[in-house]
Amino acid sequence: MTAAIADVASGVSVLASRVTVDGRAHGELLAPAVSAVLDQAGAGPSDLAAVVAGVGPGPFTGLRVGLVTAVAMTQALGIPAYGVCSLDGLGRGTSGRVLVATDARRKEVYWAVYADGTRVEGPGVAKPADLSVSVDRAVGDGALRYADVLGLPVDEEPRYPSPAALAARAARRVRMKAPGEALTPLYLRRPDAVIPGERKPALR
Amino acid sequence: MKTEPLVLGIETSCDETGVGIVRGYTLLADALASSVDEHARYGGVVPEVASRAHLEAMAPTVDRALADAGVTLSDVDAIAVTAGPGLAGALLVGVAAAKAYALAAGKPLYGVNHLAAHVAVDTLEHGPLPEPAVALLVSGGHSSLLRVDDLTGGVVPLGATIDDAAGEAFDKVARVLGLPFPGGPPIDRAAREGSITIPFPRGLTGPRDLAEHRFDFSFSGLKTAVARWVEARERAGEPVPVNDVAASFQEAVCDVLTAKAVAACQEHGVQTLVVGGGVAANSRLRALAEERAAKAGITVRVPRPKLCTDNGAMVAALGSRLVSAGIAPGKLDLPADSAMPITMVTT
Ligand SMILES: [Zn+2]
Repeated sequence: MTAAIADVASGVSVLASRVTVDGRAHGELLAPAVSAVLDQAGAGPSDLAAVVAGVGPGPFTGLRVGLVTAVAMTQALGIPAYGVCSLDGLGRGTSGRVLVATDARRKEVYWAVYADGTRVEGPGVAKPADLSVSVDRAVGDGALRYADVLGLPVDEEPRYPSPAALAARAARRVRMKAPGEALTPLYLRRPDAVIPGERKPALR
Repeated sequence: MKTEPLVLGIETSCDETGVGIVRGYTLLADALASSVDEHARYGGVVPEVASRAHLEAMAPTVDRALADAGVTLSDVDAIAVTAGPGLAGALLVGVAAAKAYALAAGKPLYGVNHLAAHVAVDTLEHGPLPEPAVALLVSGGHSSLLRVDDLTGGVVPLGATIDDAAGEAFDKVARVLGLPFPGGPPIDRAAREGSITIPFPRGLTGPRDLAEHRFDFSFSGLKTAVARWVEARERAGEPVPVNDVAASFQEAVCDVLTAKAVAACQEHGVQTLVVGGGVAANSRLRALAEERAAKAGITVRVPRPKLCTDNGAMVAALGSRLVSAGIAPGKLDLPADSAMPITMVTT
């Protein structure tokens, strides 16, 4: 979970950030983290020009907390929301061809391929063994976890999307005052649900 | 003179995204987006489907409520949100949204109990609640008998279902009868065309059960009895009298619910019975509750059906009571608690 305040007026400088790495989404704690980084940056909600949200892919519960927080804050403040692919927080700023992979649980990873920092494939969700991509190396906690299966050199850091990189992905839109956009979550998986078998139709 | 508090309430504990706005005891807006149609093909609420729908519906539903009430977020005195009980992932969407609205608009935030909110909504229809009162709350997710000594802090659980919720039994029996989901309305309709002809069991009403489970409910045995009865007819190649089965099943449910609710009032010396939850929209439950309460000299208060089912107005109504009572708001880190106990009216 990440909350950060960045100044993007020229370049991108992170004024305050809170990053919590926890497999279980502590969704309740995002708003307090936003409040804390605002305080730390000496700012209030009304100082915000825009909210940039990672739209996934990522664990559903945490993803929704992030998006609904961004949606509600921007709605209340009358400012735009911009969505960025969460994997871009790892892929942006890399050079060469790089596989970004984060842990998707169920022995799968969320993945995308970057060429000199630009996403050229994905995002997708896959078993590490099923990934056939042509890259020089890999990055991300999913890549580290499945380094053996991937058979690729894996960078030790960064392991999680960086707030600066996410802010940078939307900085141009913020500066241009581009219209806000609907934040559509990249779930990449259908809900787990079983349609019950039909009852025998003997009735009337 | 200080005006009554203006409260915005957010409800996402199950499959309805509800946003209500209340001033004091007055309902100003009750906007609702339901994902019920998406769940129909699964025969029950799918938590992940519900959570996804809440995220999509949140901002538009808030906009609609504000427009209907003719107020802005900055006019609001407090924000209230269902903190539990309910589906964990669904609750979290509403709680996160409420926190974000509270933070951005600089408003106090109340995390409230869904069941207490079902009781509080009646104040929008019938005014201040005489206390103590007994509340019978029946829906697809809960079946509870509560003694409400003080709506803003003194709610005592008297009994609850030990297996299925009453509304769940309606859904399952509807399925057995080939009626659509959710099962409440079609069973109610079918029952009106039928007669009470089959003596289905009344759970937890025997002398032994009454000693141990005085005000508890059980609907699992009833549901199984209906399924067995229907299957036996089918096996025998006989037609299933759907309307009579519906009427008989519905009578068994309503009989137990109202008998125990009236007994709870009598044993606790309470004059007022509030009925709420989706099943309170059932016409037979309303009629039987009225009839039995009248005989016992008890006043029954049942809000109109739209306020019985889950909605945001109920949350706003409870928030309004909490603000008026001077109860301190919650903190920005208040948790969504899928098993929030009823003794906790606000977090
Ligand atoms: Zn309910």
